[in-house]
Amino acid sequence: MSKQTKTTRRVLAEYTYEPASVEKGYTGQTLYVNVSEHTIAAKPVTDVMKDKFIGGRGFGLWLLWHGVKDETRWDDPENEIVVSSGPCGGTTQYPGAGKSLVVSISPLTNVVVDSNVGGHFGPLLKFAGWDALEIQGKAEKEVIVVIDGSTGRITIEEAPDVPVDTHLVGHWLINDMAESEEDRYYMSVISAGTGAEHTRMGCLNFSLYDRKRQAPRFKQAGRGGIGTVFRDKRIKAVVVKSDPVRGDSNAPADPARISRAGIRLHKEIHGYDNEQCKMRVTGTSYLVQIMNDYDLLPVHNFRFGSHPDSPKIKREVWEDYFTQGLPDGCWYGCTLACAHAVDGYTVRTGPYQGEVVIVDGPEYETIAGVGSNCGIFDPEPILEINFYCDTYGIDTISFGTGTAFVMECYEAGVLDREKTGGLELRFGNADAAIELLHQMGQDEGFGKIAGQGIRRMKEYFVREYGADADFLNDIGMEAKGLEYSEYVTKESLAQQGGYGLTNKGPQHDEAWLIFMDQVSNLLPTFDDKAEALHYFPMFRTWFGLCGFCKLPWNDISPPDNKYTDEPAKIPEHVQNYVDLFSGVTGREIAKEDLITMSEAVYNFQRVFNIRLGYGLRDHDDVPYRSQGPVTVEEYESRTERYDKQLQEVLGLDPAKMSTEEKVAALREYREGQYEKLKDAVYERRGWTKNAVPKVETLKRLGIDFPDVVAVVQKHL
Amino acid sequence: MIRVNNRDEIEWQDGLTVSDLLERCRYTFAHIIVKIDGEVILPEEYDTRVIPDGAQVHVIHLIAGG
Repeated sequence: MSKQTKTTRRVLAEYTYEPASVEKGYTGQTLYVNVSEHTIAAKPVTDVMKDKFIGGRGFGLWLLWHGVKDETRWDDPENEIVVSSGPCGGTTQYPGAGKSLVVSISPLTNVVVDSNVGGHFGPLLKFAGWDALEIQGKAEKEVIVVIDGSTGRITIEEAPDVPVDTHLVGHWLINDMAESEEDRYYMSVISAGTGAEHTRMGCLNFSLYDRKRQAPRFKQAGRGGIGTVFRDKRIKAVVVKSDPVRGDSNAPADPARISRAGIRLHKEIHGYDNEQCKMRVTGTSYLVQIMNDYDLLPVHNFRFGSHPDSPKIKREVWEDYFTQGLPDGCWYGCTLACAHAVDGYTVRTGPYQGEVVIVDGPEYETIAGVGSNCGIFDPEPILEINFYCDTYGIDTISFGTGTAFVMECYEAGVLDREKTGGLELRFGNADAAIELLHQMGQDEGFGKIAGQGIRRMKEYFVREYGADADFLNDIGMEAKGLEYSEYVTKESLAQQGGYGLTNKGPQHDEAWLIFMDQVSNLLPTFDDKAEALHYFPMFRTWFGLCGFCKLPWNDISPPDNKYTDEPAKIPEHVQNYVDLFSGVTGREIAKEDLITMSEAVYNFQRVFNIRLGYGLRDHDDVPYRSQGPVTVEEYESRTERYDKQLQEVLGLDPAKMSTEEKVAALREYREGQYEKLKDAVYERRGWTKNAVPKVETLKRLGIDFPDVVAVVQKHL
Repeated sequence: MIRVNNRDEIEWQDGLTVSDLLERCRYTFAHIIVKIDGEVILPEEYDTRVIPDGAQVHVIHLIAGG
């Protein structure tokens, strides 16, 4: 031990190294840590990795592919957690250039999940000498992993005193691990929490040190249960430390080109954010009222798209809660600064009752998920759930959507107080929702069942309670096993595909087309929808290859964007990304290359899912609640809209039909439309009708490696 | 009659401004592009710019989720 610490730490394995310098966004090596065998090793970054997989999610998929077997499941030791930022990650001249991507086999979906996250870990990992961190194995006892790029030392350690819940890990990091004030700036920790180990919906928290607040804060890699994998490996924390970050730490090929792009965007943000989305004031919470106004806000388990009480949780409410005037970026140099926080929040319930804490967020997805979707229109319980989800290491989206499903089951009579152990889980019962969350955190009561996620709850309710499987499949808002993020898609066929025709499951970071489709009517034909479901998932994938955040792409736009041919794509910002990638790596690209770079990785991920036994057409099915009204109540809440469709599209006379008949007729039509959408999208993506990438597609993208081709050939 | 986003038929009335139309369609999102018969209308004109009968109006919302 090089330092006297307040916690007991025993080194199990040690590795010393000379930190590689960063060159044009890459260090040229990745770090492999096996917590079963106590092995630590460096692996070279090959030309194939850089050319075809770029970094970030691409590196994660490539390393995971070679680390697991066809039959590997999420809790097998050979499953891995791979963290990588990407070549542009760590840039400080352009907003939103510090993201990390985490990849693993998901306990919710049994296929690969990728989850993007802010915080400082990914960039600091690179500046400590590593383009990616690959963790494999399952420790015998609880461990921490410490990567110290300043001293060139990596350790796997037993640390029995280190806490598990994330806000406590944050205290430990700055009190025990940091040797000086400046150390705090350049350290970051990955943690999960006790809830992550008792559920399948565990998230990872990535820290950043907030210099103004002089406290650690956390951003979440929320989706897909990677926090559950982390705790299953008996890892409490992974710490990285680097030398001080400078403006040229990422060693770009052409610093001036990057600076020019950065100055353009900084000026836009300064000049127009206040009249556009006000990200600097309230972050993504601005979406709550907008979604409500356009009937897209999930209410009562996605039954409805608006609610009269939604103003109680709208942007202006959060503006009062968020501390204003602080530079709330989650990486240096991000002037969009949307990572707001509520300071001085006094915890009301549970094991940390009475503690005064910082609540990171809430962001839109949390407000809509644990708020409106559960019928909770009160900011205080939303904050309480936000805090506990983060510190327990539970994804707020899966918790919110899962709890909304439970509440509908309760109100439909599938559940009762006896089955829930006394929790009256009706819509709007915030106290019951909070108690359910504590049960997940402490592995107790009904929380043990709910924490398994909607897909497994459905199976359990049918098996144990004799529930109607068809009804549960209709209202259970999950696809591939992952809970939906928080948008109502009934009236947007394109967004039904944006959630369903995905690799990891229904998460909006692949494609978000509701307004283009439903409101602006820019995608009227199947060809239009298919093109959008090709372009936008690929474009968004690219952010995750390079270390970028999506938000500065289109939550701010230049004033002359309105005069461009394709304003929805924000052409000037696309050019910025071309300049950034070329300026960092020295590899000159055109805007079209962004799409083909992503296509290679996206198709590789599809093949990976097929290799693991999923990834085919049937696995792209979605619950009917995402396509149309399941119940009479839902239909009759929007009768005018649905009757009009029956008349104008199907030529039926609603006046002569019962509501049940109308529900059935609309359903037959809409489900047919979704199947047609599948055909159109698969063809555009170069896949078979069974959603398998064709060999010619793999060849065109240069990923026709023998083991990849062998996977698809079984299905051709 | 005017046509909005190549789909919605809206009854025309004398003196109908862009702001009137946005209110009638309940388009509350501020970050939009409005075109009347292909001409971009600047936000400062929304209150005064009158939409002619038979116009094709596009209201493109620049919003793309979280």
